Amino acid sequence: MIKLIGVLVVAAGFALRFNTLLVVMAAGIATGLCAGMSFHEIMTQFGRFFVENRYMTLPVVLIVPVIGLLEHYGLQEHAERFIRRARAVTPGRVLLLYTAVRQISIALGVNVGGHAGAVRPLIAPMAEGAARARYGDLPEKIVQTVRAHAAAAENVGNFFGEDIFIAVGAVLLMKGFFESTGLNVSVWEMALWGLPTALVAFAAMWWRCRRLDRRVARAATETAGAEGKGGP
Amino acid sequence: MKLVTLEAFYAIAGVVLLLVAGRIAMDASHPKRWGSAAFWALLAVTFLLGNVIPPVVVGYLVLAMAVLAAAQQVGRPTEQGVPRAERVAHEERLRHRLLWPALLIPATAVAGTLLLGKVHFGGVRLVDSKQVTLIALSLGALVALGAGLRLTRAPVHTPLTEGSRLLQTIGWALVLPQMLAALGGIFARAGVGEVIAQIVASALPTQHAFVAVLAYCAGMALFTIVMGNAFAAFAVITGGIGLPFIVRMHGGNPAIMAAIGMLAGYCGTLLTPMAANFNIVPAMLLELKDRHAVIKAQAPIAAAIFIANVLLMYFCVYRF
Repeated sequence: MIKLIGVLVVAAGFALRFNTLLVVMAAGIATGLCAGMSFHEIMTQFGRFFVENRYMTLPVVLIVPVIGLLEHYGLQEHAERFIRRARAVTPGRVLLLYTAVRQISIALGVNVGGHAGAVRPLIAPMAEGAARARYGDLPEKIVQTVRAHAAAAENVGNFFGEDIFIAVGAVLLMKGFFESTGLNVSVWEMALWGLPTALVAFAAMWWRCRRLDRRVARAATETAGAEGKGGP
Repeated sequence: MKLVTLEAFYAIAGVVLLLVAGRIAMDASHPKRWGSAAFWALLAVTFLLGNVIPPVVVGYLVLAMAVLAAAQQVGRPTEQGVPRAERVAHEERLRHRLLWPALLIPATAVAGTLLLGKVHFGGVRLVDSKQVTLIALSLGALVALGAGLRLTRAPVHTPLTEGSRLLQTIGWALVLPQMLAALGGIFARAGVGEVIAQIVASALPTQHAFVAVLAYCAGMALFTIVMGNAFAAFAVITGGIGLPFIVRMHGGNPAIMAAIGMLAGYCGTLLTPMAANFNIVPAMLLELKDRHAVIKAQAPIAAAIFIANVLLMYFCVYRF
């Protein structure tokens, strides 16, 4: 039971809003000490895993210079202008389409998209542009909500398409696990059974996108109403 | 043998980070000049020399980075990006051509993933087939940078200036995914997962087929929330709850259990700040005021998918 101290440290640290890096470090040190590791040993573990997992940070570091360059020359503004010309677009529809593209492409083994490479420079501005094309300027709060949903569209599309493709991490990991326990489970069967949840995920995204569109519409009429009354 | 490894791209990223640190050190108007410069320089060292210096030294460097961040010595610069009017003026000149470099990133990544792994000269492979996706993506970023520079005729320091600004927008949260992966590793070594699996298994009446499914799915989601990673949860929870109760006790189908169980774990990923690369870093990248805004947007989706997963598994796992 005492091994769970790290979970407690993380929960308490997040709740008290301490710096997350420090909370994580403290949780690792507490857990390691309780499991009988020395401080030096814990630092060694941190160092080893930190270096092993550099691949998580690598794409962001390499992509931001070119994205920054293109944004300097108006990429976000272009994405916004581009979407304004399409009729019948709403932020929800832009995001739902992106989720679908992401799910289908990753199910076929093609990993396009990403938060740094697609969401920030293209998808979020398009969703915002779709909202502005309909309602003009929007309150900052609703802009933030639209952006948060753009990140959600990326995550949902990414997570719930991936398991349908057999040659990626998740299915191979499951296969490897079953082999280690002596069970022979077909990768095709596991991939097939990822499909129902993929459809559910798309339906859930459709529901959230519809709600997002309604929220944007409501916020827009409220601001317009407030302006009409000459309010603050 | 492989000709190109990820190590080469880590070195390039290290140089980028070192240049970011250098820019900050030269910027007298930076509110947290020396702390920030030190933070990015330390990170650069782990990218440039990560495999050369001993892990224990990296561990202490990481500790130093955490202390700098906690002491609020890592901050954003005062300099702003170019004004909107200027960006719009450029946009009116370049129009659709602006999209090409942005699309080159995924295009190169896909083509590279499909082709690079197959290239070999006798016994010498061009790239390691395990690293091919990341190498292709990194290559895509560099190719796109070249195309972007050609298109905009921007001076070479522009991508550095803009990239540096974007990286500082993300700030110390950039290394959070790596830190959490390290914490996950320490949790795994200490056996935290086994304890959680035991608690769930002993606290619930798993002799009921539905409770077994619920315990497995909830275990996957909860442990993923704690670890930030469904892959880490899978072996522990499937070994501790799934196999003994769903498969052995109730005769469920392991393929259905695993496929849907992993996806129940992903619902946990949507909910946890521990999955920083999916939930926290994007919030910083999109300049959201609330760093948990992405999680809040995802919470209803995760809840809906989770419930559907439990029902799907219950109705299918014992039937097929």
